[in-house]
Amino acid sequence: MKTKILSIAAGAAISMMAAQAASAATLDDVKKKGHIQCGVSQGLAGFSNPDDKGNWTGMDVDVCRAVAAAVFGDATKVKYTPLSAKERFTALQSGEVDMLSRNTTWTATRDTALGLNFAGVNYYDGQGFMVRKSLGVTSALQLAGAAVCTNTGTTTELNVADYFRANNMKYEVVAFEKADEVVQAYDKGRCDVYTTDASGLYSQRLKLSNADDHIVLPEIISKEPLGPVVRQGDDQWFNLVKWSLFLMVNAEEMGVTSKNVDEMKGSSNPAVKRLLGVEGNFGENLGVGNDWGYNIIKQVGNYGESFDANVGPDTPLGIARGVNALWSKGGIQYAPPVR
Amino acid sequence: MSAETQDADLESAKVPLWNDPKVRALVSQVLLIILVFWFGYEIVTNTLVNLERQKIASGFDFLNTTASFGIIQTLVPYTEASSYGRVFVVGLLNTILIGVIGIFFATILGFIVGIMRLSKNWVVAKVATVYVETIRNLPLLLQIFFWYFGVLSALPTARNSLALFNESVFLNSRGLYLPKPIFESGSGLIGIALIVGLIATPIMLRWAHKRQDATGQQFPTFWTAVGLIVGLPFLAYLVSGLPVSMEYSTKGTFNLTGGLQVIPEFVALLLALSVYTASFIAEIVRAGILAVSHGQTEASHALGLRNGPTLRLVIIPQALRVIIPPLTSQYLNLTKNSSLAVAIAYPDLVSVFAGTVLNQTGQAVEILLMTMGVYLTLSLVTSLFMNWYNAKMALTER
Repeated sequence: MKTKILSIAAGAAISMMAAQAASAATLDDVKKKGHIQCGVSQGLAGFSNPDDKGNWTGMDVDVCRAVAAAVFGDATKVKYTPLSAKERFTALQSGEVDMLSRNTTWTATRDTALGLNFAGVNYYDGQGFMVRKSLGVTSALQLAGAAVCTNTGTTTELNVADYFRANNMKYEVVAFEKADEVVQAYDKGRCDVYTTDASGLYSQRLKLSNADDHIVLPEIISKEPLGPVVRQGDDQWFNLVKWSLFLMVNAEEMGVTSKNVDEMKGSSNPAVKRLLGVEGNFGENLGVGNDWGYNIIKQVGNYGESFDANVGPDTPLGIARGVNALWSKGGIQYAPPVR
Repeated sequence: MSAETQDADLESAKVPLWNDPKVRALVSQVLLIILVFWFGYEIVTNTLVNLERQKIASGFDFLNTTASFGIIQTLVPYTEASSYGRVFVVGLLNTILIGVIGIFFATILGFIVGIMRLSKNWVVAKVATVYVETIRNLPLLLQIFFWYFGVLSALPTARNSLALFNESVFLNSRGLYLPKPIFESGSGLIGIALIVGLIATPIMLRWAHKRQDATGQQFPTFWTAVGLIVGLPFLAYLVSGLPVSMEYSTKGTFNLTGGLQVIPEFVALLLALSVYTASFIAEIVRAGILAVSHGQTEASHALGLRNGPTLRLVIIPQALRVIIPPLTSQYLNLTKNSSLAVAIAYPDLVSVFAGTVLNQTGQAVEILLMTMGVYLTLSLVTSLFMNWYNAKMALTER
């Protein structure tokens, strides 16, 4: 018993020591090893999903690529670690990944008790329900007594409990570890309802045997601000991830895209000059080159481009900008200025 | 050994201190113990310091925090407002439930298949061989998925449930729905009758054994035991005025409601674990029986015992001595393998506690220590019981 405990503790402590080494200065470590290790989902179309050639694409992946572009001037210097919802925080805490960009909801517990920092919000989401059309259900309030399939270790699991409790409805929760198993179980009729973030519902619906037989109910039962996460206690790395995301939003606001970025470099607008590193030393303050902004926009694109290419109306997901539009266009995507 | 005698030894042997094997052994062991303790101390303090530095919460206070998530199968009352400590109990009981029932079925199936493999009937023996060789060579996780996604999900949907036994039992892809007994006032007598039956049975068995030793007369022990364990409570049920009613499942909007629901996750896991472990137990049983020399069978036949009693009274008791030690390992494996439940949403300890609770609190060190402690304790208890049983069955040398 004693030796067992010791060996467990040994394993824990060794991983902690590794984490300690990693969190001291993530940026230096990243520069030394020549790539960013980015924690992503196990496959969520539009957010982080490998294509048929094994290249990862998606909005969450674009955040990782933006940070790589800022650090190395090369957006391809990212290695991806697919993580289940359950594993993701431990992987980040232990230093296995440098950052987490995995449709992760920003909550108080995660931000304060887990030793993590949320570096911003790259997608404002909310939890929704999907049901079979044949059930004839039109509102989530008609779901009393239903069996609900969901993922373990997610805010989804908690929200659904809160929602059914608040509305005094009985339910039966079937919680799987992997998103694919949730979809499979729902598809096979184990549950009446599949619940996750609305964006996830649109994405996972594509995996169902007959996507048109299912509808997403109108109710959105929670706030799910999804964003990249870093370890607490490394402000330099935190700043870099945060500003890489802000820069993409600012670029969209100023109309700088991956296509016109070279012309915009000659712009007389001082804000654009600062954004692209023509003026000022914002990159230096972040610990990277002053052309970081240029590299991000040139190689990854601005926020709007990333949205349209991965989840926008022209993709299979077909999600409208909605609240994720810029603040100047009726949404809530808003980034502090580069100044 | 005191210092004086040690000195005396040294002087008489005229060996330098560092070459004395006793001193060497003592010093090296003391050093090792110091090293182990130092290592342990370093590990614990290092972990605590680093958790502190990384601002990760530590300690066991989280056990009192509200869990606020639902669990599909709970043996004790549980709501979303219960604490993480309660989740631990729920997960623990679910693990024990699958472990105990799994061991029960694996043992029965394993013994049957093991004996079948030795059958003189060609078909029976080959069926058992194919079973063993197929099942034990396939990964368990795959078998769990097979039962869950392959077999059980082929059952009818909730709205087209199969109704059996005059609509008292329903079967669909959401599970098996049985009538649930509701114990009303006055039903305590039935419980008392059951306990009396359970206590009286071993006493009756011992008495019957002694009587047979003394007089040679046999006693119908099996039917008496049935009478005591089943008949006595039933009698109490009749006497106390039928205080037990049945709650039947009824069709709700989506699912059947009420009654006793056996979830498909449980059934799939139970099937996979028992079928898989039984294939190993079958081989252990076969080996045990073959270890009893054929002379025993011949001697038994010579005494006039038929095949059945020979197996039951002569072969198996001797085979058990060979069977029990490896059987214990299989029981331990089954319990530990039950943690694969996480793959198909059966809410066992690993799934709800080391999974969901860990994710919500982020306190990996504490939660994993508790979880490992549970498996260690369960395994040690199983081992202890089996060792006791082994000692009981062992050859008494006279």
